[in-house]
Amino acid sequence: MTPARHHDENPAGAHLPLDPLPGHVSRGRLERVLRRGEFAVTAELNPPDSADPEEVYARAQIFDGWVDGINAVDASGANCHMSSVGICALLTRMGYAPIMQISCRDRNRIAIQGDVLGAAAMGVTNVLCLTGDGVQAGDQPGAKPVFDLDCMSLLETVRTMRDEGKFLSGRKLTTPPSVFLGAAINPFAPPHDFRPLRLAKKIAAGAQFVQSQYCFDVAVFRAYMARVRDLGLDRQCFILCGVGPLASARTARWMRANVPGVHIPDAVIARLEGAADQKKEGKQLCIDIIDEVKEIAGVAGIHVMAYRQEEYVAEIVHESGILKGRRPWRREPRADDALVAERLDRLLHDAPARTPQEIVRDAAS
Amino acid sequence: MAEAAAPTKTNGVRRRRWSLSDWSVRHARGLEWFYRHFAGALLMLDPLWKAVGYARAEKPVRLVERQVKGLLFDCRMCGQCILSSTGMSCPMTCPKQLRNGPCGGVRANGHCEVVPDMACVWVKAWEGARRMKDGDAILAVQKPVDRSLCGTSSWLRVTAEAAAAGGREAGEAGKAA
Repeated sequence: MTPARHHDENPAGAHLPLDPLPGHVSRGRLERVLRRGEFAVTAELNPPDSADPEEVYARAQIFDGWVDGINAVDASGANCHMSSVGICALLTRMGYAPIMQISCRDRNRIAIQGDVLGAAAMGVTNVLCLTGDGVQAGDQPGAKPVFDLDCMSLLETVRTMRDEGKFLSGRKLTTPPSVFLGAAINPFAPPHDFRPLRLAKKIAAGAQFVQSQYCFDVAVFRAYMARVRDLGLDRQCFILCGVGPLASARTARWMRANVPGVHIPDAVIARLEGAADQKKEGKQLCIDIIDEVKEIAGVAGIHVMAYRQEEYVAEIVHESGILKGRRPWRREPRADDALVAERLDRLLHDAPARTPQEIVRDAAS
Repeated sequence: MAEAAAPTKTNGVRRRRWSLSDWSVRHARGLEWFYRHFAGALLMLDPLWKAVGYARAEKPVRLVERQVKGLLFDCRMCGQCILSSTGMSCPMTCPKQLRNGPCGGVRANGHCEVVPDMACVWVKAWEGARRMKDGDAILAVQKPVDRSLCGTSSWLRVTAEAAAAGGREAGEAGKAA
């Protein structure tokens, strides 16, 4: 018996694009989930330092059935890893819904526009536009920072490609990239009163969903969201709050000092230090924060960044109950998969069949 | 024992030894007033620029512009000045050359992620913009930098464009009349 097909899957194959829905810019599942008003969950895939596709598949598999989108990071923290385009190429083959991050740090406008077309051609339906951390933050501080565009002009560039069907230069595209456009927000960095206006600017430039930096200070996030609602921005864009488990008080201190833009209040570190099992407490803290932020009006979902703790994402999503019984898409066997498997099995394991040429030769002799 | 000297690193950021950029942000409103009149004066001199030839005027004007704006703003001569939209804080002095607002890496003390002892260019820009009469210009989305204009005079470009636009308007008005 085949299980019921997921309503966000193309019946002809998981890797194939979905039928376009009216009012949607992309054919992706993430946009469908958000526009239906469901509480969305996205997670960040830890990019491998490897040329082995299996490592990407294994890391994506942990999220199966728990998330609506997987972020393929673009050398986050200016550390070298497998590229976001590469990860997306692998993930789309398997039917996953990657959110391709593009950072302005490493590529100029020529390379970026080409990557957007390539990604869309591979089936990427979500693109997240970032400025990118400075090169000094990563493992290759001697690299040349590019920053040809910034996140805002990048958003506008991709939107122009999608909506007007042309490059930044005005040259026409034969098929524009149908992508759902995202951006990042950091409500926790100064100048605080400018941050909501900056979100308005990003929306004006084309952002349709945003993922926030790690939220460890719910009070600051709540104040930010209040201002965002006053400006009516929560109705123009889907806001996903960034969360994640801290492995220990030591990790928290290290992150605060070394990861640009991460704000961790002392109370959080004190809570971790006071716990017998810091790892468990870190997970519980993450769930507690989710419980609080999901109640804030205007929050459309969460973005889980569980760096090197990806195995906890399922538990965090499950225990916080944010999916309310909803089942995000996961790859499931189809009726004809058994046929393919059987045939493959024969091809691989049976004695090599005679070629038609051999049959003819034998018959002639 | 003598302590080993810490390695000197600029993180690739070039900074003028000293400039009045902090003063300029504090006096953003006054500079905004000055700039408005200065632009008008340059435009009035349009016949002169035309007589000399904009191309021939480029070199001396660029020289003056580089010195004056270098002193006031630590100007990088991007050739497409948007100081009036950035609170009189030059966005090209940002290590990421952001022209649309602060990145997410601004430190809690309002300093730069890349150069920890430098105040964030965009934190200053926001302060300056709030002092300006037309400070809301900071909310407009800026186009990407046209790198082919780097090193040219922004003053002359703006003047030539304004003169051309004015000429077109006058022409259209003349046709209508």
